Amino acid sequence: MDVSSLVILGAVCLAFTYAAIKKVDIVGSFTKGAGENLKVAAGLLPTLVLLMLAITMMRSSGILDVIVGLIRPAAEKIGFPAECLPLAILRPISGSGAIALLDDVLNKFGADSFAGRTASVLAASSETTFYTVAVYFAAVKAKKPQKAIIAALAGDLTAFLTAALAVRLFFGAG
Amino acid sequence: MGYLLCFLIFSSSVYSLISGTSQACSDAVTECGANALKLVITLGGGMAVWGGIVNLLNDSGLTEKLTYSLKILVSKIFNQLNKNGEALRAICLNLTANLFGLGNAATPLGIDAMRKIEKELGESETTPKSMTLFVVMNACSMQIIPTTVAAMRSAAGSASPMDILPCVLGVSAVSLAVAVTVAEVLEFGC
Repeated sequence: MDVSSLVILGAVCLAFTYAAIKKVDIVGSFTKGAGENLKVAAGLLPTLVLLMLAITMMRSSGILDVIVGLIRPAAEKIGFPAECLPLAILRPISGSGAIALLDDVLNKFGADSFAGRTASVLAASSETTFYTVAVYFAAVKAKKPQKAIIAALAGDLTAFLTAALAVRLFFGAG
Repeated sequence: MGYLLCFLIFSSSVYSLISGTSQACSDAVTECGANALKLVITLGGGMAVWGGIVNLLNDSGLTEKLTYSLKILVSKIFNQLNKNGEALRAICLNLTANLFGLGNAATPLGIDAMRKIEKELGESETTPKSMTLFVVMNACSMQIIPTTVAAMRSAAGSASPMDILPCVLGVSAVSLAVAVTVAEVLEFGC
């Protein structure tokens, strides 16, 4: 029995029973939420096709290996798997690009490999920094997002440096 | 973005001709659409389930209750803002949506919060500290359950898609702490 399945089952039970106690229209409410997210998923598709085109072309032509090869020595020195480098670079810039690259790593090296786990942790514990900053600052008159960008990128760098470390501590080098 | 993609596709094509991988590269062109569609189908399934559950939480008022306990902590971080003001409540709602992994609900709520911070502190060209902090927190991941990644892991055949959870929580917490500290230091220094 692992902790995460307990968390999920607990959350699901709590959501349903509390809704029942409060006499919420369970079917209507659930299907509305599910439908909205399905629309969001469908909306991802056109961009995803475009990004997948560029990413699979880069990977299959071998040019990505050339780029990764340039950064590899530094990454290996700190114990970061080179397979996850493209993802680490793209993560703050493009959300759907990161999804496509994570899928690539998971299918190529296996979801339960060291690289697969590190990529999962990295993708799940960071955000699309530039998109967030751009959207949020577009809403207000204040015009100096530099501090926010620097601080957020420092957070991304930390996630990059600690993801492989955390996986190694928790699962071994695998 | 368009120019970057154009450059990537062009350089990949040229490089594949030089290095003799043009066959694999042209296969990529024909196959990427189907791969993207497969990905969206598995992804959409997971997103739909969680969207439904979270909507139950919202409609039953449980989200509001969770926001209440968050408020004490949040008012300490955003000490510039009025404890019972609208801006603080908007921030709490946004952070709750983030914790539940509702990226698409979090963004509109976050934009709303930015406007309310501006309204409370007055329009200005210089960015108030609370705004910087708020954006930084949103630019870091605060999701408790990484639903999207877990859905992708199970689609890729993971034996236990959620087993990365402790690592994700640890890494998220550390990187959030670093980002907020850097933001505080920058505010103090400049």
